[in-house]
Amino acid sequence: IFFRVFFPPFCTMRALVAVKRVIDYTVKVRVRPDKLGVVKDNVKHSCNPFDEIAMEQAVRMKEAKLVNEIVAVSIGGPKSVEVLRGSALAMGADKAVHVKLADDSVEVEPLAVAKILKAVAEKVQPDVVLTGKQAIDDDSCATPQMLAALLNWPQATFASAIEVDGKKMNVTRETDVGMQKLSVSFPCVLSCDLRLNEPRYAKLPEIMKAKKKPLETLDVKDLGVDITPRLKIIDVSDPPARAAGIKVGSIEELVDKLKNEAKVL
Amino acid sequence: MAMKGARSLLGKALVLIEHNNAKVSPASLSAITAASKFGDITALVAGKGCAPVAEQASKIAGVKAVVQVDSAEYDHLLPENVSKLVEKLHGAEKFSHIVAAHTAFGKSVIPRVAAVSDCQPIPDVINVVDENTFVRPTYAGNALATVKSEIDPVKMLTIRPTSFDKAGDGGSAAVTNGEACGETGGTKWVSDEVDDSGKPDLSSARVVVGGGRGLKSGENFKLLFDLADKIPNCAVGATRAVVDAGFVPNELQVGQTGKVVAPDLYIAMGLSGAIQHLAGMKDSKVIACVNTDPDAPIFSVSDYGLEGDLFDALPKLKSLV
Repeated sequence: IFFRVFFPPFCTMRALVAVKRVIDYTVKVRVRPDKLGVVKDNVKHSCNPFDEIAMEQAVRMKEAKLVNEIVAVSIGGPKSVEVLRGSALAMGADKAVHVKLADDSVEVEPLAVAKILKAVAEKVQPDVVLTGKQAIDDDSCATPQMLAALLNWPQATFASAIEVDGKKMNVTRETDVGMQKLSVSFPCVLSCDLRLNEPRYAKLPEIMKAKKKPLETLDVKDLGVDITPRLKIIDVSDPPARAAGIKVGSIEELVDKLKNEAKVL
Repeated sequence: MAMKGARSLLGKALVLIEHNNAKVSPASLSAITAASKFGDITALVAGKGCAPVAEQASKIAGVKAVVQVDSAEYDHLLPENVSKLVEKLHGAEKFSHIVAAHTAFGKSVIPRVAAVSDCQPIPDVINVVDENTFVRPTYAGNALATVKSEIDPVKMLTIRPTSFDKAGDGGSAAVTNGEACGETGGTKWVSDEVDDSGKPDLSSARVVVGGGRGLKSGENFKLLFDLADKIPNCAVGATRAVVDAGFVPNELQVGQTGKVVAPDLYIAMGLSGAIQHLAGMKDSKVIACVNTDPDAPIFSVSDYGLEGDLFDALPKLKSLV
């Protein structure tokens, strides 16, 4: 602690990056016949795009010698290891923690995820937690804020620029009307927005090296977190389809239809 | 007062009001409409110099009480400080529902409050079935989930503003002053960069002209702004691709990761209609599109589609509207 006070962040900071395995963003999802979820078997999965941005940010901070260790964490069934190895460790994380669930179909709500991440953060002792701003499957946009609350740490959500400035971070965040700049003290939780960076592709040698990096497996049961869902899924359905439209032949016809048929111009 | 189906009116809802110290945000007016299905509404107006907003909130139909907390720590509504205040109020009043709009503010605060209360929040609600049951989109709007909150004693939700009408005037609530509960520290506001061009707000515009990669350059977006100027209450939106290319600022982005709009008319110009973009605009009442590619997915959601070059269409469109 003495060292940290007088020689702030330089090379003593640890970043924890949370990554989630989700259905790939290019896949058109299909609702299951029992209407209680979407079809996940034999569907391409990958790392949540926002989490790759968080990972990239951590790696850039390490390259800038602002961070000296990156720990990646993922919560999920056995296949989450693919995301930890293939994305997080291959992109530059030093080690990984896999919080193992019984199987890949188990879904954990943000509240339970935040509690699990808190338990992991207490073990890893990070100075900064980086996450994506939301997962593209449940679109909740809640986990990083909940983790920050449970740890009683400050948060900066929807970050589009992050600078380390001594013992603080200057974060530019995207709001509904433009940008907001905040100064946030360590330790803190940051959620990353799309424009923060462009994640790198892991090169083959890194992918090979990633296979040898340390990966610790924790059983969720040992963390003492109850993952029973608080919300009961009553029904999952396709959104109502729009009535078929028509093609028009000219801009005059388009304007006429909008004015006289749809009456919206 | 007793009426059939009024069971939910036994509830007590808290609505977090978002504002700019001058007026209640349109999104918060939608949050009030959503919350009116749960019972009596208390509106929380926190801020520094927020008295005009509290005054306005007291006149909104459906609002039964306004708690005004005017104190320096609520300047810029930092979620760390606001969530502590909400926790304190909830501790004293035990609300059945705590509601905010699913905006950058609501998304930042509600999950924080929920975590401390050991409650699973329900984000981006588009329909309230009953006081415990809500519909929300998942997978970029490609699957609608109906969820029932059975265990948590308080339901904390953010609602999608375009899915609920804005509450009107007609209330006469008393304004009481609440006590501030101190700085949490850790986060300091530095500055805001706001686009105050005076153009209609994208989320509440009646007509939106959306531009995509077909516009080819940032300069060409001027054609869309010129068109928008000719149509009353019309705003310009954009796809992620053109925002990333630096053609227009990010607050114009419509989609899963940007804004969700549901105007009366959405005119899609030179955008293909990727899943991510459709998530932000497919609830528009009427969709029209102009695109050179007849196979572009945007045609499958458009009421009126014109296969053609937008650079031919735009000047004609401008002269005809």
